[in-house]
Amino acid sequence: MAASIALTAKDFKTDVHNDWCPGCGDFAIITALQMALAELNLRNHQVAVVSGVGCSAKTPHYIKTFGAHTLHGRLLPYAIGVKLANPEITVIGAGGDGDGLGIGAGHFVNAGRRNVDLTYLFFNNGVYGLTKGQASPTLKLGVKPKSLPSPNINEGINPIWLAVASGYTWVGRSYSFDVKHLKEMIVRAVRHKGLAFLDILQPCPTYNDINTKDWYSAKDVAAGGDVGSRIYRLETKGHDAVVHSAEEQDGKMLKAIELGAEWGDRIPIGVFYQNEHVPTFEARIGARNPSYLTAPPGRQRLSGEDGRTDINFEPMLKSLRV
Amino acid sequence: MAEKGSPDQIPLLSWIVGGAQGSGVDTAATTFGRACAHAGLEVLGKREFYSNIKGRHSYYHVMVSPQKILSHEEHAHIVVGLDAESSLRHAREVAAGGALVYNPAHASVDPHDVPTLEHRVADEIAAHCEAHGQPTNLGGLVKAEEKRGVRPVPIPFTDLLTALAPKLGAAYAMQIERVANTIAVGVSLALVGLEEEILIQGLKDVFGKRPKLYEMNELGAKAGFEAAKPFARAFPLKLAPQKAHGPRLFLTGNQAVALGKLAGGCRFQTYYPITPASDESEFLEAREALPLKDGSTVPMVVVQTEDEIAAITMATGAALSGARSATSTSGPGFSLMMEGLGWAAINEVPVVVSLYQRSGPSTGMPTRSEQGDLMFALHAGHGDFPRFVLASGDLEELVHDAAWIHDLADIYQTPAIHLIDKALAVSSGTIPAPDLDAITLDRGALITTNDPKTATYPFPRFKITENGVSPRPVFGLEGHIFYVTGDEADEVGHITEDPVIRDRKMVKRRRKFEVAARDIPESRKWSYFGASDPDLLLVSWGSPKGAILHALHDLEARGRSVAFLQIRLIEPFPADAVRKAVGRAKKFAVVEANESGQLADIIAMRTGLLAHHRLNKTNGRPVVPAEVEELSDKILKGSARPREVMTLGS
Repeated sequence: MAASIALTAKDFKTDVHNDWCPGCGDFAIITALQMALAELNLRNHQVAVVSGVGCSAKTPHYIKTFGAHTLHGRLLPYAIGVKLANPEITVIGAGGDGDGLGIGAGHFVNAGRRNVDLTYLFFNNGVYGLTKGQASPTLKLGVKPKSLPSPNINEGINPIWLAVASGYTWVGRSYSFDVKHLKEMIVRAVRHKGLAFLDILQPCPTYNDINTKDWYSAKDVAAGGDVGSRIYRLETKGHDAVVHSAEEQDGKMLKAIELGAEWGDRIPIGVFYQNEHVPTFEARIGARNPSYLTAPPGRQRLSGEDGRTDINFEPMLKSLRV
Repeated sequence: MAEKGSPDQIPLLSWIVGGAQGSGVDTAATTFGRACAHAGLEVLGKREFYSNIKGRHSYYHVMVSPQKILSHEEHAHIVVGLDAESSLRHAREVAAGGALVYNPAHASVDPHDVPTLEHRVADEIAAHCEAHGQPTNLGGLVKAEEKRGVRPVPIPFTDLLTALAPKLGAAYAMQIERVANTIAVGVSLALVGLEEEILIQGLKDVFGKRPKLYEMNELGAKAGFEAAKPFARAFPLKLAPQKAHGPRLFLTGNQAVALGKLAGGCRFQTYYPITPASDESEFLEAREALPLKDGSTVPMVVVQTEDEIAAITMATGAALSGARSATSTSGPGFSLMMEGLGWAAINEVPVVVSLYQRSGPSTGMPTRSEQGDLMFALHAGHGDFPRFVLASGDLEELVHDAAWIHDLADIYQTPAIHLIDKALAVSSGTIPAPDLDAITLDRGALITTNDPKTATYPFPRFKITENGVSPRPVFGLEGHIFYVTGDEADEVGHITEDPVIRDRKMVKRRRKFEVAARDIPESRKWSYFGASDPDLLLVSWGSPKGAILHALHDLEARGRSVAFLQIRLIEPFPADAVRKAVGRAKKFAVVEANESGQLADIIAMRTGLLAHHRLNKTNGRPVVPAEVEELSDKILKGSARPREVMTLGS
């Protein structure tokens, strides 16, 4: 494939049978992802999609790039390993709300400390679909989808707050049934130099009968969002998410948290926070070890034809010699 | 044992320095050890300490000999007590004729007044004093020991330190107490008759880069050297400098593993801090820019993760991208890695786990040793999958095994566990410098270049092949896109629940492991020592190796017919070799520092052979030769029980 020929979403499709439920928000997400990869003009082999476990975790099988369908809650450490061993790979994480904020919450928070340059697509539907609809960590207190015997006894985690507080340097939100917006947000997230978190609101047509497509479209209330729904775009409010200088960081974080608090009749989508003043983990390693970017662990030639390494052991043995 | 401990009869010096954690016990032992090594002598040290930062008792036990040292012994020829507790604890371990170096200012300390001394130990010391008609304090204990031939060496540490203070500037006079440990080194080297010049070399090794510290410590060490001279004349055991036999290293077990990993091409290591594994990762972290022979450097990336789950999964991710990667942990951390181990296995990812065993279950005794995780390593993770389990027995094996295990993982695309234990991890000593340049790497069926002949989409990463091993491209390689999943998968890595494909995949993963069992040279799998048709065959694995070899020599010297089979590769298990060795022996006993006799069970499982005796140990201290020798004698006499427990060590 010559690089000059424009790519299309089709170039990133696979022929693997997709077994998600009809009406699932996930379909729109992979379509948007395929469109975004085409727009980013990335070659298939330059990308790795890494997922956890759950419905959303099947995503890699449907995308024509390297794909790793890993363990429940662990997509971030796998993704970080893939990236750090070869920083040339564009790494995209795809995982659900239970995966990321339940079993994987420790990794979610700690990933923010490192700011590895990767994109985390967070499929957020409030339930554990594949195990028949239990409450996920983002489901609000007192909400009772039909799959729950009684209203949710736990409060929901606000993923925008947590991502900002944990140190993610790009935090955004989109909605699975606004594919154009979602595609744009994925493109921006991937282009961001650092750890990008994209909260993707999506219905689960099978188990979540509260936060449905109709609910997001505000069929129940006259919510007056700018797209005729509960959802409105942050830019219509004039929100400038970008940290233009390092001094702006704390103020922009607080603003993102303030906007992230909005829920219910008005739900913002768009970029909450964007900060490129924080060095990526790769840059931090590179600063200590300039050869990192040209000879990262995954691309080092470890030995010659004879199997022998060309490491000069003498300096490290010096202090051990007697 | 008394006659064996008599110093002038054996070519081995056993030296113990004890003190409060944080008072420089390690530094004293390293200085002493390195000084002896500079004198051309061989050195083997071990460290015992509590899970504590400052204040609790720790000690370092160093063996010195003109010859290769196999193991520690339970007695000491010199005990140096930097504090009252150490003198109280270790006085009874001094062999007859040996020296007890203590601070006379501690003479009146009653064991019951030492808050960090366990009541059981305090009671035992007090009872010992009373039984010898002595007051229940250190002074009384010294008198009691003197009666059986121990030589008291009272060194007025406090007075020496006070006298030194004025020689230093005001800023340093305050810190003079810190050099009590090097006074101990000076005292010890004077006792064994080594020259001051050798002492200086040891000091230079340890403090040479910090001039002021060096100055302080040299003053202290020289003062100790002088103070011990009157006692040295009467002390019978002397060490003479030797000509070193070729280049040697002085290193710890953790460092040996780290060196092996670097030589074996490991370039990505993850870890979560845990005793006794972390020192290895810290050694690697300090060498993150690896020099090449052409003068450039390449990176060694070490990531301290948020937990051990992230450690194994991140290392596995890096392996997908082509890095030789490893993680390093101990039992509690390995417990968290189970799911990740299974994922690496089903996706045939070569990831190496260095598993440093310590006393379990749970937190157990986190700074003490055990070989309790053998069965665990063999069965770790749900489901049924092969993995390599390799166990090293000494410092030299650690270096070579840590390198070679990366070949095993890469060639057979299977996770590999390197079993180590605390006793080995923190042991330190001299070894002949390994020829790291001679170590060769074999990455097996790895594909790192885009060859049009192999390029295809999707790439059959899990192609069923005759030997079970499939070509393995790396993530990011053009023309070789493939998928991996924790689900059972088809040849390209997409999910399947097809019963036929499932069986093919199970067979494939097992087949390559059977090929490994066939192709790995026997010399890598096990070692055999001693008589070929012995009355007693001792079988063991891991750190007891040295103690068993030492016991073997002594038993052979007494005309006993014994042999030792050390199993190094435990999975795949060298069943034929075990059957042959056991078949030629009249009896066989399995020696291991765990409760149930895990290797004995594995031998039963894999060969149908039931060990006549199990010699087990669970007190957290390493196996020593005397207990192996004593129990071997008992077995040979027919008076041993089926299970005997070894209890030596403090």
